[in-house]
Amino acid sequence: MAEIRNFTLNFGPQHPAAHGVLRLVLEMDGETIQKADPHVGLLHRGTEKLAESKPFNQSIGYMDRLDYVSMMCNEHAYVLAIEKLLGVPVPVRAQYIRVMFDEITRILNHLMWLGSHGLDIGAMTVFLFAFREREDLMDCYEAVSGARMHATYYRPGGVYRDLPDSMPKYQSSRWRSKKDADRLNEARSGSLLDFIEDFTRRFPGCVDEYETLLTDNRIWKQRTVNIGVVSPERAMQLGFTGPMLRGSGVAWDLRKAQPYEVYAELDFDIPVGVGGDCYDRYLVRIEEMRQSNRIIQQCVAWLRANPGPVIVDDRKVRPPRREEMKGDMESLIHHFKLFTEGYCVPEGETYAAVEAPKGEFGVYLVSDGANKPYRLKCRAPGFAHLSALGEMVEGHMLADVVAVIGTQDIVFGEVDR
Amino acid sequence: MSVHVETLATLIQAKFGQTLTRRASLPVDLSYDVSPEHLLQVVSTLRDDPELRFQILIDVAGVDYLDYGRSEWRTTDSSSSGFGRGVNRAGAGGSHAGSRFAAVYQLLSVAKNERVTLRAFCASVDEPSLPSLVALHAGANWFEREAFDLFGILFHGHPDLRRILTDYGFIGHPFRKDFPLEGNVEVRYDEAKGRVVYEPVQITPRTLVPRVIRDDNRYEAALKDGRPNG
Repeated sequence: MAEIRNFTLNFGPQHPAAHGVLRLVLEMDGETIQKADPHVGLLHRGTEKLAESKPFNQSIGYMDRLDYVSMMCNEHAYVLAIEKLLGVPVPVRAQYIRVMFDEITRILNHLMWLGSHGLDIGAMTVFLFAFREREDLMDCYEAVSGARMHATYYRPGGVYRDLPDSMPKYQSSRWRSKKDADRLNEARSGSLLDFIEDFTRRFPGCVDEYETLLTDNRIWKQRTVNIGVVSPERAMQLGFTGPMLRGSGVAWDLRKAQPYEVYAELDFDIPVGVGGDCYDRYLVRIEEMRQSNRIIQQCVAWLRANPGPVIVDDRKVRPPRREEMKGDMESLIHHFKLFTEGYCVPEGETYAAVEAPKGEFGVYLVSDGANKPYRLKCRAPGFAHLSALGEMVEGHMLADVVAVIGTQDIVFGEVDR
Repeated sequence: MSVHVETLATLIQAKFGQTLTRRASLPVDLSYDVSPEHLLQVVSTLRDDPELRFQILIDVAGVDYLDYGRSEWRTTDSSSSGFGRGVNRAGAGGSHAGSRFAAVYQLLSVAKNERVTLRAFCASVDEPSLPSLVALHAGANWFEREAFDLFGILFHGHPDLRRILTDYGFIGHPFRKDFPLEGNVEVRYDEAKGRVVYEPVQITPRTLVPRVIRDDNRYEAALKDGRPNG
């Protein structure tokens, strides 16, 4: 009789469905997974240690590069932690801007997730559709911060600058005809808020398009229904947060439960799954995009009606305006000190968390009174989710591993830090 | 002072008594010190007690208190010998008394909508160790592996305490304060040998911005209660 033994398969780190650099060591019995051992850390950059060697403000840009598809939400947790320790108030307009961009980021993230998750398990078109809308949202990032992805827009005490009155426009070139450029520029002729409002009017229709491709699609359902089922008790045991927890039927969202900024004043719903499988998590995220759209609409309406300062007027935290520096010695000194030494944060420690698109993104910050953090720990939702991958794929087929990686919405920037 | 935090603090005080020591924290946070021998019992009560139900372990963060409160730059010294940053990389001062390594646990109660922070110090410096929470919270597995990898804290009872974030065959614990930011080895591809080789680092350490601690009277204890976020 032939000897039968398990087969060990190496998956990644360079695999298109590994969402970056995931290395999985899979123990297979035929095509069934017996045991999966994820090896992470291939993208470890020591962000937290780097932050310990820099003044507080210089690390905001590093936060963008953690979860590099939900940039501003990471910044948000970091500046919230600093603000908590400093005790600086944030102007209401800045809070609305932050909430609006958090939700834009959520849509950005979910579109990326939807596209790549679909592509992983065989739906090509949805990827192209999702990236079409992502482009518009990237333009919002660019308009407000100058960068399409790594914005570094939030600051302790507010945001870097107010929303611009004009949008960057497309130019015709050898590759883009005048007609195409004009069509793209049509929505971009007004201010950023006009553009976002136009987007929020279009976007629900776009989500309907994605849904016609997937929600009742027989193949999509075969690949996701009853795959990677997690019970609510187990989800809490494993430290799940965000859509992974809500997909299992636990109605928990920091925006509702522990509202930060102005979420308490906004009207939105929290979708919750029933079965805790990949399909439910898909439905949860699709609905979250619609809810984010609602939040953005409310923010746009408020921001139009209420002009005001977007950063706290505290010289010890925010640099003075350029004009003031020209004539005022005091401002010049403050500017010099802020950019050479930074500000000292009072001794203490705190944990600040936001509901990032992937789950709870938290920052544990210890300050000993210096101008640099003493210890910074980023709590990445993906890290907790990926640690449960082995458990979720056990007993499934090899092809389902890809579906589970997709449904966890893994991004290695935040897992490896 | 935040009312619901104080309510929770009273409740926890009644349940645990002297086992937990309340730490000074922001009014919106609730934080305790716990000794390693009580850690398991405290976390399991926090999880199972019907009035508390801290069922999610959000995070475990290792902390190394070696340089706590040390300033690299003494302004009084640096001006006497001409222009210079006057950076003393070894640091001066230091305000931490007690053990060097600690693990900080963030717990979340979904049912009661509360958070609590626990800090446990490792008794030994040469071989820092703590009991593992994997049996109580399955999610602790990777968080403890990370703290072991980066700080060298050993978690007793952990089923699979391997390195997680650093390279295969890495030596040292990089997030310790005495581990240089530049690291110890660098890698490059060697044409002659046809493989990747490890060599001592070439980068010289430099301090772009010295670490300073300034006494700021705006943050004096007497003024802290009036904080807008509190």
